[in-house]
Formats: sequence, C-alpha cells, structure tokens
Amino acid sequence: MTTAEVWLLIALLGVGTFAIRLSFLGLIGGRELPPWVLRLLRYTPVAVIPGMVAPLVLWPDATGGEPDPARLAAAGATLLAGLWTKNVLIAIGTGAAVLYAGIWLTG
Amino acid sequence: MPKSEALRGLRDAAPFLIVIAPFGMLFGVVATEAGLPIAQTMAMTMLVIAGASQFTALQLMTDGAGVFLALAGALAVNLRMAMYSAALAPHLGPAPFWQRALCGYFNFDQSYALSVARYEAQPALPLPSKVAYFLGVALPIATLWTGMTLFGALVGGRIPEAFALDFALPITFISLIAPMLKTLAHVAAALTSVVLALALAWLPSGFGLLIAAACAMVAGAVVETLMVRPA
Repeated sequence: MTTAEVWLLIALLGVGTFAIRLSFLGLIGGRELPPWVLRLLRYTPVAVIPGMVAPLVLWPDATGGEPDPARLAAAGATLLAGLWTKNVLIAIGTGAAVLYAGIWLTG
Repeated sequence: MPKSEALRGLRDAAPFLIVIAPFGMLFGVVATEAGLPIAQTMAMTMLVIAGASQFTALQLMTDGAGVFLALAGALAVNLRMAMYSAALAPHLGPAPFWQRALCGYFNFDQSYALSVARYEAQPALPLPSKVAYFLGVALPIATLWTGMTLFGALVGGRIPEAFALDFALPITFISLIAPMLKTLAHVAAALTSVVLALALAWLPSGFGLLIAAACAMVAGAVVETLMVRPA
C-alpha cells in the first residue's frame, strides 16, 4: 500500500466507524426499540469478542500460525481466573504470569 | 448532578485505564513495526479509537490487502458498535444532536458497557447526568489510549520479542468477556461465536466473524427465551 493509500484507508475507516457509532444514536432519537431487538443487543459483546479472539488464541501470528502451548495455557488461565474472580485485572495478571512461565518453560 | 456523575464515570473507568494503557501502547509499537510513520499511527488511533479494528486494519495492510478489502475487514469488526448505538439510543436519544454526535464519536466497548449498566441501574437519572457519566467514562480512556499509542510509537521496535506483547490483545479480550458469562444464554452465545468464527476462518478477514456474531446473538436470545418460558 502506498502512503496515499494508507491515508485514504485511515480517513475512510475514521468516517465509516463514526457513521456506525452514531447510526441509531443520531437518527432514532428517544424512540423505544422493540423488546426482541433489546434481547439480541444484550448478547453483542459475548457474540463478537469470543469469535474475534478464538483464532488469535489457536493460530497466533507470533508463532507463524502454529498452536502454541504457552499461549493456549495463558488463554485458558485468563478465562478461568476471569470466570472465578469476575475481576478483569486479576484475570489479565494471571494470563500474563502463565504466558511468561509457559514461554520460559518451553522456550 | 452532572459533575458528580462525570466523576463517578471516571471512577468506574479506572480499572479499564490500567487495561487500556498497555493495549494502546501495543498498537503504537505494532503500527510502527509495520512501517507506519507516527503521523499515520496517531491519525488512525484518534479517528478510529477502536483497538480491534485498528489491529485488523494493520494486519490486512501487512498481508497486502488493498485499501477497500482492508477497510471492509476493519469496519466489519466495528459493526457491533451499531448495536451499542441502538442500546444507547433509548437513554441518550433526547439529548441535543451535538451531544449525541460527541457520544457517538466516543462510543466504544467500555463507554457503552459501563454507561448502559449505569442507566439500567438508575433509569431515573436526569439526561445531563447520563451524558456526563458517558463522557466521564469515555474521555479519560480515549485520552490515555491516544497518549499510550504515541508512547508505543516512540518506543517502537525497542521492546524485546520475549515480552510476547502480541498476546496482550487476546488476554485483554478474554478478561473482559469471562465475567460476562453469567447465564447459560451468554455461554451459548460465546460458544456459538467461537465455533462459527473458527469454522468460517477461511472467509476473507472479518466476514466469518460477522456471520458468527450474528448467529451467536440469535443463539443467546433463543436460549434466554427458552429459559424464561420453559416448554
């Protein structure tokens, strides 16, 4: 991609993202949404983020797309710590500790 | 009191600030290593303010995708924000347009999640307080995000590979999601998302995720309906 193409991508991505973010907030005003829409919306984060993360965990770029024991263990530990403590920072700390321990052990 | 709501927003955002700092820095480092000059790295981080989308754009650029495929992939990752926008609309809809535009600009994962939780806990909150809470959450996060991206871009490739910064992103996202898996419906949605995203990983970047996410939302809503009204 040339420098000009990268600038074009950045500009279009900025405008497009703003349009998505504003969409309903900008157009709908104070109108109520039907209950079935709200029911779907409740599951947005758990519907998008796990699917985004799964390939990164199974096929990390850092190992050329090969499954890596240290990263798999770190992801599992993060998930368990998060489920158990419901605390984001404890989960991150646990994941990082297991990742470094795993890299040290396998590296 | 709008001012006290803004402060409450800041307080509620605090745990996320600690998460955002390394994440923003990671983007600066990765973008610089991918060959982006600081001006482009900073322009993207300030205009887009969406880590996952920015990383997707970088990844597709590095893979040699053209402008429009990279744009489509990075925008697909952001489509969930239309749903955030719809979730915020019943609460912030009556605000003046410039305030809705401002909240739209800062409508990202953390500002959406904390604000909707606050509005649902306190439905009687006056409109100016709701806007103040939203910006109280969003502004410190966006400022730190931008600052840490700059720091990462300046530090650039000087971080040793041994730190495995590549995995900060998955760990952060898993940590955000795990505490949300509080009902069978949430678990069903998450599992559907993982299975379909992996099964559809051969599709052009972003499209498989979009299909997986749409099916996962339906799965969550269907399981919720079944649990509320057992057959």
